[in-house]
Amino acid sequence: MTLLENLQHANPALWSPEWLPRLPQRLVEILLQSCGAPDWLVTLAGLFVAAGTVVGVFLSAFALLSLIERKTLARAQNRIGPNRAGWFGILQPVADGIKMLTKEDIVPAKAEWLLHLAAPILIVVPPILALGVIPYGREWVPVRVELGLLFFFAVGTLTELSVFMAGWASGSKFPMLGAMRAISQMVSYELPLMISALGVIMVTGSLSLPAIVAHQAGFHLGFIPAWNLFTPWGLSAGLIFYVASIAEANRCPFDLPEGESEIVAGHMTEYSGFKYALFFMGEYLGLFSIAGLGVTLFLGGWQAPLPGLGLVPSWIWFFAKLAVVIMSYLWIRATFPRVRIDQLMRFAWLCLIPMALLTIPAAAIWHYAGGGVLGWLATVPLLLIPWVVLTVVYNRRLAPTTRSYTFADS
Amino acid sequence: MDPSSTIQRLPAPPQPRRWSLPGWGLIQGLGVTALNIVQSYYRKERMTTVQYPEERAPISPNFRNFPFLCYDGSDPVAGLRCTACSICEKECPPQCIYIVLDRDENGKSLKRPRIFDIDLSVCMNCGICSEVCPFDSIYMDGEYELSTDDRFGGLLFGLDRLSKSADYHMQLRPLQATEIATRRKADEDKKLAAQAAKLAKAKADKEKKDQEMAESQPEGESA
Repeated sequence: MTLLENLQHANPALWSPEWLPRLPQRLVEILLQSCGAPDWLVTLAGLFVAAGTVVGVFLSAFALLSLIERKTLARAQNRIGPNRAGWFGILQPVADGIKMLTKEDIVPAKAEWLLHLAAPILIVVPPILALGVIPYGREWVPVRVELGLLFFFAVGTLTELSVFMAGWASGSKFPMLGAMRAISQMVSYELPLMISALGVIMVTGSLSLPAIVAHQAGFHLGFIPAWNLFTPWGLSAGLIFYVASIAEANRCPFDLPEGESEIVAGHMTEYSGFKYALFFMGEYLGLFSIAGLGVTLFLGGWQAPLPGLGLVPSWIWFFAKLAVVIMSYLWIRATFPRVRIDQLMRFAWLCLIPMALLTIPAAAIWHYAGGGVLGWLATVPLLLIPWVVLTVVYNRRLAPTTRSYTFADS
Repeated sequence: MDPSSTIQRLPAPPQPRRWSLPGWGLIQGLGVTALNIVQSYYRKERMTTVQYPEERAPISPNFRNFPFLCYDGSDPVAGLRCTACSICEKECPPQCIYIVLDRDENGKSLKRPRIFDIDLSVCMNCGICSEVCPFDSIYMDGEYELSTDDRFGGLLFGLDRLSKSADYHMQLRPLQATEIATRRKADEDKKLAAQAAKLAKAKADKEKKDQEMAESQPEGESA
């Protein structure tokens, strides 16, 4: 078949805005098909283009976010922020990139150079892999994986490996300390993160992310979207997921691994130039992926927030929700000071994990009660009473007011 | 003995007395930053940063750094107050001033400097030169944008860059300049008055002498 015939036989919806982000992929596939390429090559090339789209979108989003973050933080401190490069500082990411590229690349004498080189490269890979399975729109799922959620968490765990690689290979104390902190923090917070996602899996009955989004379609009472967040167990799990995702993304107030006032820059201390930029990129891509997963699990993914908005392409809703979540991250970063390491651990193990575990029976009860008033009546006390006990009684009345440091005091 | 018992501990922070919603403090904090972010777009008084190269904060009259030479009128050479007495040169602790007296062809002093150099890379902004100057000539400046890529020539200021008018001084430090201008005016007036008195006296003396001459002359003629 010729290219023209292929295009004529293709889905007429190809040219709709809904399909816009997948247009390059489909066009490449059609082009290769009309050239008579074998099926595996067509699929492979299409996947490459799909991956390229995702990487391109999120790298430009990273550049934009680095500017927006600086601007927002500046506004929160009553400053203007970067406004020199280009119109309102719009070229600041470009200037940053040029600066990072032209900086000297230093490898410490005691570093293990291969690991030192591999760590910043490997830290970018897991977030990009994780971004590949998220459904961005009704038609825009870069890679359809049946066990998408499992894949996401499995790949996301790899970040810890490269963080520790960076800390170990630098051959210096601060990176080592930072990596230790990062490992303990990420391992502690991955637990509530995954457990809070279990409720969603139970209610949906699938690990496929498109299926989870499809399950959240529709509206209660005609206007409240049927997202998981608007159920008692979903609200609880969503908040836990939100807090844990801040810690997973190494964001303030849980940015202990790179606490610059304490351990210089943590595992990134011995990195300069573009390797440092890669760490930053990895961190921001990780932020996008974890926020994107949060949107998918609890905020209905690409579902429109109000009925009658179906005309707007679904991926716009996804990115709007992602932007809201990320702006809330910025807001939190502008407000809260960094927590102490013992507060961090205490919060994860004594508050988040018990609460996350409780969302599992709550989700089960909700599922078998079929939602509705009965579900609310059964699950709200189940979640609220332990929460009050944990926050008010345990973490407030019984928390130590002063902290003793075993080694520093003796 | 337990070593930890000897260590003084800080008193425990006061517990919140009234019961409040858990997390209420966090929400209050978020409110503060949200107010900052929103109001920074329309309330000018929030943005206290001065956007430096485009606008400058007004400098205080008390701000003093490197010296300049003051001249009256509009001609920086004729109006220069400096008489090249080189008191400042001698008083300068880091020895950053270099003065050569200007002389005419006969070797007579013209009471003005031929060379007056200040090396700003040596100057320590102490202001002693301006305190010792008896001719109200040297003052501390308010100039702070002096960076240059030529660290030798660019920081060695000669007469051309040091000479600044009295009007500039008035603008820079009105209080001090007014005081000095009044004093100089008074001195000038006094001098003029003295001169006038001297002239009048001389005139009177002459007249008296003339009279005496006139009185004595007929006698001589007659003698």
